[in-house]
Amino acid sequence: MGTSSSTGVVTSPVAVAAFRAPGLVALSLAGLVALVAAPFLLYPIFVMKVLCFALFACAFNLLIGFGGLLSFGHAAFFGGAAYITAHAVKVWGLPTEVGILLGTAGSAALGLVFGALAIRRQGIYFAMITLALAQMVYFTALQLPFTHGEDGIQAVPRGTLFGVIDLNDPLAMYYTVLAVCLAGCVIIWRAVHSPFGQVLKAIRENEQRAVSLGYRTDRYKLVAFVLSAALAGLAGGTKAIVFQLASLTDVQWQMSGEVVLMTLLGGMGTLFGPVVGAALVVTLESYLAATNLPVPVVIGGCFVVCVLLFRKGIVGELSARLRITPRPPV
Amino acid sequence: MPDGSITKTAMLEISDLHGFYGESHVLHGVSLEVRQGEVVTLLGRNGAGKTSTMRAIMGIMGKRTGSIRFQGQELIGMAQHRIPRLGIGYVPEERGIFSSLSVDENLTLPPVIKEGGMTVEQIYDLFPNLKGRGSTQGTRLSGGEQQMLAIARILRTGATLILLDEPTEGLAPVIIEQIGVAVRALKQRGFTIVLVEQNFRFAATIADRHYVMEEGHVVDMIPNDQLDANMDKLHTYLGV
Amino acid sequence: MGIVFGIPSQALFGQLLLGLINGSFYALLSLGLAVIFGMLNVINMAHGALYMLGAFVAWLLLSVCGVGYGWALLLAPLVVGGIGLVLERTMLRRLYRLDHLYGLLLTFGLALMLEGAFRHQYGVSGQPYPIPDLLKGGQNLGFMFLPNYRGWVIAASLVVCFGTWFAIERTRLGAYLRAATENPVLVQAFGINVPVMVSLTYAFGVALAGFAGVLAAPIYQVSPLMGSNLIIIVFAVVVIGGMGSILGAILTGLGLGLLEGLTKVVYPEASNIVVFVIMAVVLLVKPAGLFGREK
Repeated sequence: MGTSSSTGVVTSPVAVAAFRAPGLVALSLAGLVALVAAPFLLYPIFVMKVLCFALFACAFNLLIGFGGLLSFGHAAFFGGAAYITAHAVKVWGLPTEVGILLGTAGSAALGLVFGALAIRRQGIYFAMITLALAQMVYFTALQLPFTHGEDGIQAVPRGTLFGVIDLNDPLAMYYTVLAVCLAGCVIIWRAVHSPFGQVLKAIRENEQRAVSLGYRTDRYKLVAFVLSAALAGLAGGTKAIVFQLASLTDVQWQMSGEVVLMTLLGGMGTLFGPVVGAALVVTLESYLAATNLPVPVVIGGCFVVCVLLFRKGIVGELSARLRITPRPPV
Repeated sequence: MPDGSITKTAMLEISDLHGFYGESHVLHGVSLEVRQGEVVTLLGRNGAGKTSTMRAIMGIMGKRTGSIRFQGQELIGMAQHRIPRLGIGYVPEERGIFSSLSVDENLTLPPVIKEGGMTVEQIYDLFPNLKGRGSTQGTRLSGGEQQMLAIARILRTGATLILLDEPTEGLAPVIIEQIGVAVRALKQRGFTIVLVEQNFRFAATIADRHYVMEEGHVVDMIPNDQLDANMDKLHTYLGV
Repeated sequence: MGIVFGIPSQALFGQLLLGLINGSFYALLSLGLAVIFGMLNVINMAHGALYMLGAFVAWLLLSVCGVGYGWALLLAPLVVGGIGLVLERTMLRRLYRLDHLYGLLLTFGLALMLEGAFRHQYGVSGQPYPIPDLLKGGQNLGFMFLPNYRGWVIAASLVVCFGTWFAIERTRLGAYLRAATENPVLVQAFGINVPVMVSLTYAFGVALAGFAGVLAAPIYQVSPLMGSNLIIIVFAVVVIGGMGSILGAILTGLGLGLLEGLTKVVYPEASNIVVFVIMAVVLLVKPAGLFGREK
């Protein structure tokens, strides 16, 4: 049974190729302008939340979309980095940028350990292992004193960036977050379009063949996993500074599920999909918070609808509609 | 119950059968008929559509058009699990012995669908190698024994038409001889048999007629008694 | 009071009993997951939510209809199984030809919806479910006190687990199931209605979860979140045991429950994570799992 269904999670090379098209360049420029102007039009804190989750989702997408690996434990990296950054800045009094980098490094280290374990199995086992390992991080966070249990680390000072820029100024904070997220996205973009990214995609399509071509696929998967974990950590650490809070919410399995949904909704394996998905989910949640509707039911419903009706996600479906490209039969 | 008498009515009639796996069109208008009590082979090179024709009969194919009638009943459009229940037994090329089942369990797995199937005792008479191996894991049998088991388990069910896909593939000559004896015995008992074979020397010893397939359709039909006369033609078809 | 390993034996046996009870639930749930996975190639992320549903059905039967424990033990698995049947026929069925990950994502969404709905309706605090009169009280075993209900839970889950094992490994119906797990196309070509078997297998697997939910109701409180934390541990159990073997799933579940109980005595801080640590060790030593076969 296994062989016939190993076509991989549907991703469209379309979106990747399309990025080079002039129309898409114009679109990205317009998007950039919109992001620069956003804090004057929307609540900066809301846009910053979107940005952090967008980076988180892009980091996650690096694994699922380009490596075919479904991690169900990315909250561990996101929330773990948030704790490290918050603790470093608040308790140790380290500069903000060092705190964020420490969080990122911590997540990378955690990613190295988890990745080394999880890549020993494939497919759904990979998902279950990452979920279980992340749950271990959750229980650890619940018990360790420095995380302050249910309260979390509160009132984390935003501090100053490089000792000059006061991050308590909302605009300064916003542009810092924007710069961090863009930097993260550029790293992902570079990784995906490098020879490394090509091998990763080859592994996703047919791991056996990549092995027989002489690639040590485990190494590639592990590097992708660590990179993804580190960038998820970058997002988590930044988020801890923005909201001045690191809490159990960030390490819970629901958070791992949320980033899966963002990516699925936007389009797995597309470059912009996770960003669109993150924006949608964050918007939806803040909208739902004002209503009496139960958030998890709506989120769960989104999952079900996405999986049953549009598996390519919004960006994936759009680019498939806009361009007529041969698609392999499912 | 196969009564042994060869009647002239067609038991299986296939006309203008087209078949698809996903997007790929593999059968291009197959037409053939098999009369009750006959042994008919499908000859042809690899990829000519022999196995696909069998799978199309069993409904193991994405999309089929045209007509497949078994004892007058149209099989296209019928639920897949109902097709064998009309009395068609299928022995797939890969034999399909289940590794998580014992030999006994493999033997008794296909449900009895009609009265008149062979008893386990009769089956052991036909395939003595299987006797006393009941608790062995199915896939621990040798290749030849697995082939015998794959045929044996169909005989219990009361199926009157048997589809045998390359029963001699990869087997030693002495085992092929045993399979040949068994297939002739089945013919004696009145079973109607459609046989896919690469080995037409084997086929010639048991078949009444041969259909030659090429590129997804039937290109020729050669009665067994005219086989010698048509040897040159056959060699061209099969590229041997 | 005796002392074992420097620990009062009463405490030791008490924790081991708790461990065995947890292990019974692990076994029932991982057994259902393994049966479903074998046939559908789907990891049922909704398994925990359906376990919760089983407990809630029992609670609702009692508090709304006045129907007691005995009937709940029969009815709740039927209700949960029936819901499973509907989910399989309307949704899961459409995903079999796709990557297995989609089944996981779909059932994850279903789990969120189910748990979210119950949480919305009943809040996070648990609802108490009384121990049935017949099973109140306990036995003094000399070395420890065994509450009757806990003894019943262990006995009932063992009977159901091994009954399931027997049905799958030793009966004709089980042979169909094993064969269809291996090669559904061929089993269908023998005239067996495999799609119906698949539906019934899913229904049976989740009915086991529902049954576990009813057993759990008087021990833990009936709460919307009772399934989600449990099921992640069960996933680890499944990774440790490997899903190739029914017996393996049962034994791994029971064994890990006991080990967890033991950890609670020896080093309580680690009891929450011991299963995950064992999972990591097993992955290093035997990646396919203790009873697993690498596919």
